[in-house]
Amino acid sequence: MSRQDALVSADWAEQNLDAPNTVFVEVDEDTTAYEGGHIPGAVKLDWKTELQDPVRRDFVDKSGFEQLLSGKGISNDDTIILYGGNNNWFAAYAYWYFKLYGHQAVKLLDGGRKKWELDGRKLDTEVPQRSQTQYRAQEQDTSIRAFRDEVVNAIGTKNLVDVRSPDEFSGKLLAPAHLPQEQAQRGGHIPSALNVPWSKAANEDGTFKSDDELRALYSEQGLDSSRPTIAYCRIGERSSHTWFALHELLGETDVKNYDGSWTEYGSLIGVPIETGDGKS
Amino acid sequence: MCSAPEQSAELPAGTDLSKESVLVGKVTNGGSPVGGAYVRLLDGTGEFTAEVVSSASGDYRFFARPGTWTVRALSRSGNGQTEVSVGGPGLFTTEVQVA
Repeated sequence: MSRQDALVSADWAEQNLDAPNTVFVEVDEDTTAYEGGHIPGAVKLDWKTELQDPVRRDFVDKSGFEQLLSGKGISNDDTIILYGGNNNWFAAYAYWYFKLYGHQAVKLLDGGRKKWELDGRKLDTEVPQRSQTQYRAQEQDTSIRAFRDEVVNAIGTKNLVDVRSPDEFSGKLLAPAHLPQEQAQRGGHIPSALNVPWSKAANEDGTFKSDDELRALYSEQGLDSSRPTIAYCRIGERSSHTWFALHELLGETDVKNYDGSWTEYGSLIGVPIETGDGKS
Repeated sequence: MCSAPEQSAELPAGTDLSKESVLVGKVTNGGSPVGGAYVRLLDGTGEFTAEVVSSASGDYRFFARPGTWTVRALSRSGNGQTEVSVGGPGLFTTEVQVA
């Protein structure tokens, strides 16, 4: 993968709103954002109600994903352009999720909703009507998804990258500073994890930093490129952003996202937890 | 105070101001509220901590621990920032002007 395969600029997007076999998809935590105005022609995806199983704590299964995309009018040969708020957190999560189910032609709009809005580009409230398709998904590609036991076994052997803020990493907070504090039972981080907040990979306007800047960032923070890497955060969306930077932009080959993340790990009985800044 | 504190940004149920530090305020431009601004909370070293979008009335809200913070707003009409010192639990109000 490379930047050209994985990212599109706002300029490109604006010129390709009506391109054939190209579907813009907005993914947000706050779905009212879409209703208030979205990129013309974009369809909406709700990460929580549509990408999560409503009962079990897991993703929708393969047939659920097929039904979802068929209902959105997305075909197997469509190129998906994902964007959203929160600096593309949930769009990056959806990107990883599309890849997980084998959809290869997927790209992220650099800067997401924020850059689009700050640039004063057009937003629309019209909801596009797309006809039903017969979308077929692949089995999950678990080479990019890490599970609990694998994460515990990775302590001290693989790169573990905790992409939460320093206060969440140290255990002072259990959620980002703009959310009420809740969630995992215990605060702290997985022993041996590096703390490289996702935000260090992004510019102020939400675009990704250059490949050179990203490479310098992760090497300065002690990421060993010769080892496999697992990224995690609180619920797996910010770590999708870092997974995207490492795997899709920098082309690191063995990078997984641990979507269970701290809400799972910090609630497990008996696993080791470290508090503090991890540098002592 | 020339008026009662503006409280249009209602705190979520369950917020305990005897334990939590809550940073609230408005983004303004020439005295008018700026909705839809991207409001970023930066820590004492200038590092990004959180970001919210201001409401139609320009309001923003963060949950933060005690310390010195910079609240920086990006908007179509310009950017601006202000520093705020959070001494302990409670409600801290500050305005950010953009131009």
